[in-house]
Amino acid sequence: MSAITRAEVVHLARLARLDLPDDALTHYAEQLDAILDAVAMVSEVAADDVPATSHPVPLTNVFRDDTNQPCLARAEVLAQAPAAEDGRFRVPRILDDEEPA
Amino acid sequence: MTDIVRMTATQLVEEMAQGNLTSAEITRAHLDRIAEVDQDIHAYLHVDREGALATAAEADAARNTGADLPPLAGVPVAVKDVMTMRGVPTTAGSRILEGWLPPYDATVVASLRRNLMPILGKTNMDEFAMGSSTEYSAYGPTRNPWDTSRIPGGSGGGSAAALAAFEAPLAIGTDTGGSIRQPAAVTGTVGVKPTYGAVSRYGLIALASSLDQAGPCARSVRDAAMLHQAIAGHDPRDSTSLAAPVPDLVAAVREGDVRGMRIGLVTELGGEGYQPGVEQRFREAVDLLADRGAEIVEVSCPNFRYALGAYYLILPSEASSNLAKFDGMRYGLRVDDSDAGVEQVMAQTRAAGFGDEVKRRIMLGTYALSAGYYDAYYGQAQKVRTLVQRDFAAAFADCHVLISPTCPTTAFPLGEKVDDPLAMYLNDIATIPVNLAGNAALSLPVGLAPEDGLPVGLQIMAPHHEDARLYGVAAVLEGALEDTWGQPLIEKVGG
Repeated sequence: MSAITRAEVVHLARLARLDLPDDALTHYAEQLDAILDAVAMVSEVAADDVPATSHPVPLTNVFRDDTNQPCLARAEVLAQAPAAEDGRFRVPRILDDEEPA
Repeated sequence: MTDIVRMTATQLVEEMAQGNLTSAEITRAHLDRIAEVDQDIHAYLHVDREGALATAAEADAARNTGADLPPLAGVPVAVKDVMTMRGVPTTAGSRILEGWLPPYDATVVASLRRNLMPILGKTNMDEFAMGSSTEYSAYGPTRNPWDTSRIPGGSGGGSAAALAAFEAPLAIGTDTGGSIRQPAAVTGTVGVKPTYGAVSRYGLIALASSLDQAGPCARSVRDAAMLHQAIAGHDPRDSTSLAAPVPDLVAAVREGDVRGMRIGLVTELGGEGYQPGVEQRFREAVDLLADRGAEIVEVSCPNFRYALGAYYLILPSEASSNLAKFDGMRYGLRVDDSDAGVEQVMAQTRAAGFGDEVKRRIMLGTYALSAGYYDAYYGQAQKVRTLVQRDFAAAFADCHVLISPTCPTTAFPLGEKVDDPLAMYLNDIATIPVNLAGNAALSLPVGLAPEDGLPVGLQIMAPHHEDARLYGVAAVLEGALEDTWGQPLIEKVGG
């Protein structure tokens, strides 16, 4: 079932926002292939009629009253940001160059 | 009087109640001990001397007024670095959070403060709790106080080593696949994974949200029960927090009795791959339980053999989603070429900030969740999870508790498995089923393996909400073992 290709690892790194050098991509391709081989044992289980469990204990959704509650102090939060400006997080540009004005 | 740092929490509580010791004296003794030994052990990533002494002074002042104090008031505690603590560095063992000062306390930390327990500092761990040895910490490994060339277990190796090196009487851990129990086993200490939801996850930096559970680490069963009681309880800030009242765990220790109790040995958690000395000490402990009146039966949980595979699909899937928030935008590291766009900054930041194992698991999880593979991997793993739960349900219909060795081997040498992820994953083979099912488990020391003189742990597993059973059985076994040893096992550490 496994046999993960290097091209797939390049794609995964992109999806996971990991900027990895070539040798690391090759290294991970080998390791992920070995790990997937080992975990593929789950496919041996005949479980067509078995329901999936996403959570260990049965839970119902919980709500709270829709009232204002104190939140974190803005200055304290922004003091931990890599960059802040005018009371906001400052982030790198999110649009490509030469967007129409 | 015994050396302060070698006392259990129970003894420290007694000494303070008698007026023989103050919390300030106790806290200072531990801070001095840390200064003396932690350069060799590296249990701590950060020591909060001022904060700890301030809480100690507060506890002493409260005692002087004659007020009714919480049971553990004045007893110091160490906290795994995966719990946020307002204004105190919190890294989860990762470079990506180096220097971050959280703006809020985890609920567990708030509980410790409310109990007037001085927090000595933050303990080392595998990065984002991924590992079984602390070797994946970005800040270097912790060393096992029994043999400093060996691993202290992981991910919570720092908390366990702090206890075994007498750098703290109590510690907080978190257990996603064994990260409390396996370090306890290899350091000769006690560690408990409560029922899922018994202790709040608010402020616990999430690894796998459906598996993560915080719990107590200690040098005795009774100490663990006291700490468990102090941190458990419903928290409206955690939507998966249990609403049920916390059982009286200290009473469970006091009243522990295994006469007439059916205790199940899990066939699948032993045999091939388990070190002979581990199995020998385990069998001797089983005999002691039988001597004390328990009925020992063998039970089979056939789907446990698929648990490791299911775990290493479910955990990376949840982790890849949880760790998406570390993107260099709001806190932590940012690697920014002035000209780069946001996606490039995120990818550079994550490549620089995450270690090898974290990247591996993020990509594994991304793969398991991706189109075309979801049903075969993640979907199938969730079905196995159901089957593991059914195995437990069938076994608990027949037995009060189940037992097994906590891990297949004693502490292995640093470096031995660090480049072999699959070998590292096998350390958790006996602890993982409990996390998949969400029930409760405890590890306690049952002796030293004859072949290497290193501690062996025994795991007790109980059904959901039956954490008290763990303490009852563990207290009986601990008492029986100490009768044969003449002293607690931990007295043999370092010599």
